Amino acid sequence: MRVPQSTNDAGPAPRVTNGPTSPNGRATKNRAANSRHGMESLKSTMVKVVLLGLVDAFAVFVLITLFLSQSWLIMVIAAAVTLLINWIYLRKGGLPAKYLAPGVFFLVVFQVFVVLYSGYIAFTNYGDGHNSTKADAISAIQITAQKRVPDSPSFKTSVLKQNDELFLLFTNPDGTVSIGSTTKPLTAVTDAVLDGTGKAVSVPGYDTLNFAAIVANQNDILSISVPVSEDAAQGSLRTADGSTAYAFKPSMVYDAGTDTFTDVETGTTYTDNGEGAFASADGERLATGWKINVGFDNFVRAFTDPNLRAPLLNVIAWTFMFAITSVILTFGLGLFLAITFNRDDLRGKKIYRVLMILPYAFPAFLSGLVWSGILNPQFGWLNQTLLGGAEIGWLTDPILAKISVLVVNLWLGFPYMFLVCTGALQSLPAELDEAARMDGAGAWRVFRSIKLPLLLVSIAPLLIASFAFNFNNFNVIYMLTGGGPRFEDTTRDIGSTDILITLVYKVAFGQGTGRDYGLASALAIVIFIIVATVSAVSFKQTKALEEVNR
Amino acid sequence: MKLPNTSANPVSRRVFAVGALSAVSALALSACGGDTKTTSTATATAADLAAGGATTITMWVDAERSPALKDIAAKFKADTGIEVKLVIKDFAAVRDDFITQVPTGKGPDLIVGPHDWVGKFVQNGVIAPVELGDKSSAFSKTSIKAMTFNGSTYGVPYSVENIALLRNTALLPAAVTTFDEVIAAGKGVVDSGKAKYAFLVGLDPKQGDPYHLYPLQTSMGSAVFGVDADGGYDPKQLILGEPAGVEFAKKLVEWGDSGSKVLNSNITGDIAKEEFKNGKSPYFLTGPWNVPDLQKAGIKLAVDPLPTAGDKPAQPFVGVNGFFISAKSANALATTEFVTNYLTTEAAQDSMFTAGGRPPALTASFTKASSDPIVAAFGKIGDNGVPMPAIPEMDAVWNDWGATELALIKGKGDPATDWPKMAATIKSKIGA
Repeated sequence: MRVPQSTNDAGPAPRVTNGPTSPNGRATKNRAANSRHGMESLKSTMVKVVLLGLVDAFAVFVLITLFLSQSWLIMVIAAAVTLLINWIYLRKGGLPAKYLAPGVFFLVVFQVFVVLYSGYIAFTNYGDGHNSTKADAISAIQITAQKRVPDSPSFKTSVLKQNDELFLLFTNPDGTVSIGSTTKPLTAVTDAVLDGTGKAVSVPGYDTLNFAAIVANQNDILSISVPVSEDAAQGSLRTADGSTAYAFKPSMVYDAGTDTFTDVETGTTYTDNGEGAFASADGERLATGWKINVGFDNFVRAFTDPNLRAPLLNVIAWTFMFAITSVILTFGLGLFLAITFNRDDLRGKKIYRVLMILPYAFPAFLSGLVWSGILNPQFGWLNQTLLGGAEIGWLTDPILAKISVLVVNLWLGFPYMFLVCTGALQSLPAELDEAARMDGAGAWRVFRSIKLPLLLVSIAPLLIASFAFNFNNFNVIYMLTGGGPRFEDTTRDIGSTDILITLVYKVAFGQGTGRDYGLASALAIVIFIIVATVSAVSFKQTKALEEVNR
Repeated sequence: MKLPNTSANPVSRRVFAVGALSAVSALALSACGGDTKTTSTATATAADLAAGGATTITMWVDAERSPALKDIAAKFKADTGIEVKLVIKDFAAVRDDFITQVPTGKGPDLIVGPHDWVGKFVQNGVIAPVELGDKSSAFSKTSIKAMTFNGSTYGVPYSVENIALLRNTALLPAAVTTFDEVIAAGKGVVDSGKAKYAFLVGLDPKQGDPYHLYPLQTSMGSAVFGVDADGGYDPKQLILGEPAGVEFAKKLVEWGDSGSKVLNSNITGDIAKEEFKNGKSPYFLTGPWNVPDLQKAGIKLAVDPLPTAGDKPAQPFVGVNGFFISAKSANALATTEFVTNYLTTEAAQDSMFTAGGRPPALTASFTKASSDPIVAAFGKIGDNGVPMPAIPEMDAVWNDWGATELALIKGKGDPATDWPKMAATIKSKIGA
């Protein structure tokens, strides 16, 4: 590794002080400064070498792992990234890149890649029944198609070896012993050596494999298949653990030439239906399929599937309402409290402020569960204690459930607004307030015309962020109502308080209709487009706000 | 049982990689010890194991069950030299993680879980069948039936779990058989002022709980799916909406808010447990998972057979926990050996019982565990139970089923129209 000699990137050289000093003294100072400079740059070089060395060591480890797993493309990319990082930090100059590189690296890994991957999934049918590649699906169907021949005996089995070929030695429950391999048909053996349990363990001329040797050759042994007889209906003997064998026969046969499965009993053929599954002529599908690209199908489905379309529009409308109302309510309450507690003559301010922040300190999903209990129609504290045993379905009536969700979210969200408003209020210069009062403005007027506009300049971006957060506020909805009560016009499990993100979760992780990552990713992209558009427009508005104030 | 075939990659990449590594290390080791004798072909060593990519088996297990498997894993290691690595996973994430990770080749060799995962696993091609052979007769019939899917056995069961009717003997000393008698007896206790509720069952004010109410439903001759020739559930025969089901739906209204209020959807599982613990009810319809806490609270329990609401036997859903092998295990033979010949032993099943307290699936272990009358009673009820359907189509049933039952209990809707409508909705979802 090349260690740079230059000290330029250690920062600007210390300035030599000007002033009436003796030439001698100046020289000493200069030398002292130079040597200190040298020390610092040596130190920083060492730190750099060590850090870069650690990064490189880790990169080498990753590359070896990738090499062993034969992930060539990822390996090339990883190697390129490693080289790039080294180049950035070892070259002279290019200071901005040195600051930006780590951030950009993590942004790419944790954000950009995830977004792109979701984008890719949105164009596939990835989900239950379409879980892997076609080769995997074929092999899985073949594995599950192997059925033990009914009423066939179980054979005690030993594994033997002769001239590098593996044989299975079978002991029939009736005591007869036979041997065979994939290439040598089943033949009876008379000179086998039996162990105490009557199991044949060796035959002269063959080596018997112990368990460790069996495991060492497991892939070869698992693939041995010895036909019981010329009648295929009697199946082939196979062993899965090296000590017992059973006669198996496939219920389904794959023909690689025509790419079809044929049901042995009924003769039905199943062909690739182009939708990532094998299907028969009358549309019956084999359960295991594979992942394929489906183009825009998922997006089309999101807006045309009658079970999804009507609720989806409701959900989008409610999501906006929930996010906007939540922002307005939390901001309103937070600001009100901030102004109230900002009075200089209020006593015990600190205690109140700490109490205010408590809801913010609990994890949101915990609060959600607690509130869910408080709002239980019959046993909830609200109905039982406060309302004297009234049975109000706070979470089970569509409209009340919406109100409950908003109120709980207000409870959860106002401390944050309270905090930021308090901070912003305290940073406003007191002179403004004083000057306005001198000019005869009342308290309301001061607030409306002076404090609020100034406040909004710093808080508006936070309001937009809060909107984006509430737009995807999964915890509150999921823990409190689970999205319910359900809509009646859909077979999907979607309800009145579902917002888009809980809907996506339900689609992705299969609440009723199986997991469908493809559709969920497509919906996630729709969410992304909505949030991005709203945020971009709002930020533009915020800029205008700043200019007005300037 | 995993049986490879010609179309699949004969040697997985991982095997190749590990094999290559271990070959290097083996060379290094042999270079050091020059005077060791070369072993014969018949007696393999740890190096041979390594060459097969077989030094470890990885198993995903949750924190609660992991300690119970340590002994049997140690025995396997002592016998074969193969280590069983118990990786502790969050139980809630195991199913989905297994489905997503097996295809990448990074999944475990085997996992622990309930049998109703099997349908999803088969649909996604991630598990391999296990042929138990003669050993299957050593297990309870229900447990083997539960593990059987499309005619093949997919797992080794270790516990059987079902609900029963718990009775507080301090409030009611004698058992009765029908649900009407249960209600009457419970009402008697309430009338005498000794309890607050005649009968408790944990429901959910948002979703209902068809699982707990199922024995009442089956006792009226209504089930969810019909069975095919092999005795497995047939997704094409959704018989939930048949007349017997409507009769049950009518009963729900009768027992619900607009009737006798025996069923109360506001009583969640937690509330029901709390109230029963405080002696507020003589009856509690629940599973063995609540028993330890109730006993700790000093409640004297009797486990009664499930009460019948009709003339058929009351059959609960039975959940069977077991071990499943990955379809892409790089170490299939050793894993199968561990699963079929070690986890089926009495010692392993005993220790799973000690850790989890669930009635063992192995008959010999169950007999031992039956010295506890509560375990014996739960087990006896389980013998009459039906396995929870493992077919993927079952997922589509729960939501509508629960929502409809909930509405009926609340006295909303008409059983004669809503129940068949629910069945039609489910049918359209699963395409039956």
